[in-house]
Amino acid sequence: MEFLVGTKFNFLGHRRAAFILSAALILIGVVSIVVQGGLKLGIDFAGGVLLQVRFENPVSAEDIRSTLDAIGVEEAEIQHFGGNREAIIRMSAEWAEEHDAAGEVLTALDERMPDNPAEFMREELVGPKVGQELRGKAAMAILYALIGILIYISIRFEFKFAVGAVAALVHDVAITLGFFSLSGRGLTLPVIAALLTIVGYSLNDTIVIYDRIREDRRKLYGKSFVDIVNISLNESLSRTVVTSVTTLLVVLCLFIFGGEVIKDFAFALTIGIIVGTYSSIYVASPLVVEWQIAAEARKHRK
Amino acid sequence: MTSNMRWKVILVLLVLVLAAWRSSYTFRFLSMNETEKEQMAAEQLEDLKANSLSLGLDLQGGMHIVLEVDKEGLPADEAVDAMERAVEVITNRIDQFGVAEPSIQIEGENRIIVQLPGLKDEQRAKRLIGRTALLEFIAVAPPAETDIVLRSIDRALIDTLTASGELSLESETGLPLTEAEQLAKEHPFSIRARYLQQLPFFLERDVEWAQEQLERIDLDNVLPANPTDLSVPRYRIAWGQEARQFGTEERYRAFYVLEREAMLTGSAIVSADVRPGLDQENPNAPGVSMRLSRAGGRTFAKHTGSHIGEYLAVVLDGSVYKAPVIKSRIPAGTPTSITGGFTDEEAKDLAIVLRAGKLPAPMTVIEERTVGPSLGRDSITLGLRAMVIGFILVVIFMLVYYKASGGIAVAALVANLLIVIGIMATLPVNPRPALTLPGLAGLILTIGMAVDANVLIFERIREELRNQKTVRAAIRDGYERAFMTIMDANVTTLIAAAVLLRFGSGPVKGFGVTLSLGILASMFTAIVATRVVFDLITVKWNIKKLSI
Repeated sequence: MEFLVGTKFNFLGHRRAAFILSAALILIGVVSIVVQGGLKLGIDFAGGVLLQVRFENPVSAEDIRSTLDAIGVEEAEIQHFGGNREAIIRMSAEWAEEHDAAGEVLTALDERMPDNPAEFMREELVGPKVGQELRGKAAMAILYALIGILIYISIRFEFKFAVGAVAALVHDVAITLGFFSLSGRGLTLPVIAALLTIVGYSLNDTIVIYDRIREDRRKLYGKSFVDIVNISLNESLSRTVVTSVTTLLVVLCLFIFGGEVIKDFAFALTIGIIVGTYSSIYVASPLVVEWQIAAEARKHRK
Repeated sequence: MTSNMRWKVILVLLVLVLAAWRSSYTFRFLSMNETEKEQMAAEQLEDLKANSLSLGLDLQGGMHIVLEVDKEGLPADEAVDAMERAVEVITNRIDQFGVAEPSIQIEGENRIIVQLPGLKDEQRAKRLIGRTALLEFIAVAPPAETDIVLRSIDRALIDTLTASGELSLESETGLPLTEAEQLAKEHPFSIRARYLQQLPFFLERDVEWAQEQLERIDLDNVLPANPTDLSVPRYRIAWGQEARQFGTEERYRAFYVLEREAMLTGSAIVSADVRPGLDQENPNAPGVSMRLSRAGGRTFAKHTGSHIGEYLAVVLDGSVYKAPVIKSRIPAGTPTSITGGFTDEEAKDLAIVLRAGKLPAPMTVIEERTVGPSLGRDSITLGLRAMVIGFILVVIFMLVYYKASGGIAVAALVANLLIVIGIMATLPVNPRPALTLPGLAGLILTIGMAVDANVLIFERIREELRNQKTVRAAIRDGYERAFMTIMDANVTTLIAAAVLLRFGSGPVKGFGVTLSLGILASMFTAIVATRVVFDLITVKWNIKKLSI
């Protein structure tokens, strides 16, 4: 079985439309982030306490809230988690510092709803200092990954290729974050890990195409740069699609079957892989083409 | 077959056998249920476990806490090894609590990471680990001195309250003050105290008020100075731990004026056990019976001998648990005890803490991640399910799209997973990277990404075949042309994975581990192993048409 072989799509002909689409997607994300007053931070970065409890029967958020009010937990955030029997309670670290959070909340819930016993699933406590440290660490991790990748591509390819690749990465991360904000998900440590993976994956795709462009430039000497890039994109299209399909298959399985705990992580990967595949065709290579055209125009003027 | 190829075949077989052997322990261990594990000889089980992949706390359930040690108040010579001593004390406490395979490590300057897998009662463990448990035996000031202290507090409070306009010693109504009013105005603090056996008590509901008043005055300057060192007060204030009910009246808490210097502290304790019947008034109440060291016993005997008829307070973390009257000299070697409203469990924990020794400095929990056993089980089940379904889908896709060649890629994928699991189970035990939930996700992602190398190669081979090359030439050129691309593409993912290994902690690090191992293994299985298979087949059968 074969498909997408011998295609002659004019990818670069649509590059302006693609740029507009990308810009629009990024803009929507930015607007969503700004309107919500910044990216929603999970407790890994904001600090606080997260408590996950499972009840024997369905439970309403109001019942949980009134129980929490009664024991003096103020401004707790309550969310159902994968069904209405399970809930995530997020509260400030201040209260938990002086109380045995999980123990007291569970006891209070059991006292209030004796016929609907609650089971402890998970507790995460991140002090404000640690939250700040983790923010710094995450920022450093992304920064180092980008620097390392920039150095590697600069060594292996011409500078303009490196610029195109990194622009595509920033594009992927920005759009993924935008979708995160739109879907109301919070940024956590595993999500940062997913972002770094997206960076690696998207680059993987881009590099395969760049490799092809480099090879075709030698082989098809005399053709215009735009034609060469178009040919390279078509030649590597089936591989790009096949790899995206296999990766998407497993990531979607993770998203659908992997359970709630890993859902945000799988969501980031799913979005990132779709956007990463798109960007290696429609962002990374077209940017190199734009750069080349601009450079040639400059040369002619002289 | 050339000798070069023979070596390659041997290498591939060797790696495969090694990987299958090293990962077989893990599969056996994970597929056993609890009763099977119980029936197995302890030694054999231990061996199996040591050779298996270890599961992260998020998968097997357990507690991960990070403690920060506050070394600020410590003298320089004690601060040097404070961390080591803290770890020792925590280790002692946990050992007595009974947790299988705890891990306690120092991180950085002043942090300790404690990992307790498969924990049942995480709240109790947390209390036990971080508890300072400062036990002191302190002489209670004689009643006359206690009165003096109360008078001084009254006077200081009058000054504060009149200065702020809250109190006027004059009558507000113009009428002459009654005796009771006069008394109340002149004793704004002690007026609420009641006396029993010469000790002052406050109503339970007044305690908070009393504490607020004490905070308003400069207590250190109000309390009488220490005759030998005038810069520090001689006494300190402490409250009784338990409220007491007198007759049918309301509940009261005792107000103690204690000597500032403890007569003896918990460091003089050599053993501590839970025992009932230590409290004569309440014989069923559990308490902790303690034996003192030789020197401690002598101090105790000397003090009790010279203070007969006075109160001696047993103080735990600043609260007075009991304060019996010394009836006679207590000779060295007599066990002493602490009681007062403990539950059985609390008494047991206190005994553990007293036996294990005192923490060298106070600690706070700055990070905690606890996963209950059922969530851990769910995560494994769901993660494995996602993995199996993902794997089957990829296998179907590869077989449909690349036919027999796809089958070779699938075999390479299986080998890839065996290699990753085998390596993870073989890496040195401490600290062996555990398989976490994100790690499992990394393994799942690897399934999707590992076939990429083969996809690149197969697409190349198809191209070469379209260019009318022979099967063998197409395979040779396909592998050669794809090689650099595979390298370039994988290095970038490895950079990202390396960053995760460097900056991540716990679960996220686990993701970096499986992702990087998965990529490295895929370079071997996809480039070397599948090539050997293709070469063997084409040499042996001289195939004219490749199923790809």
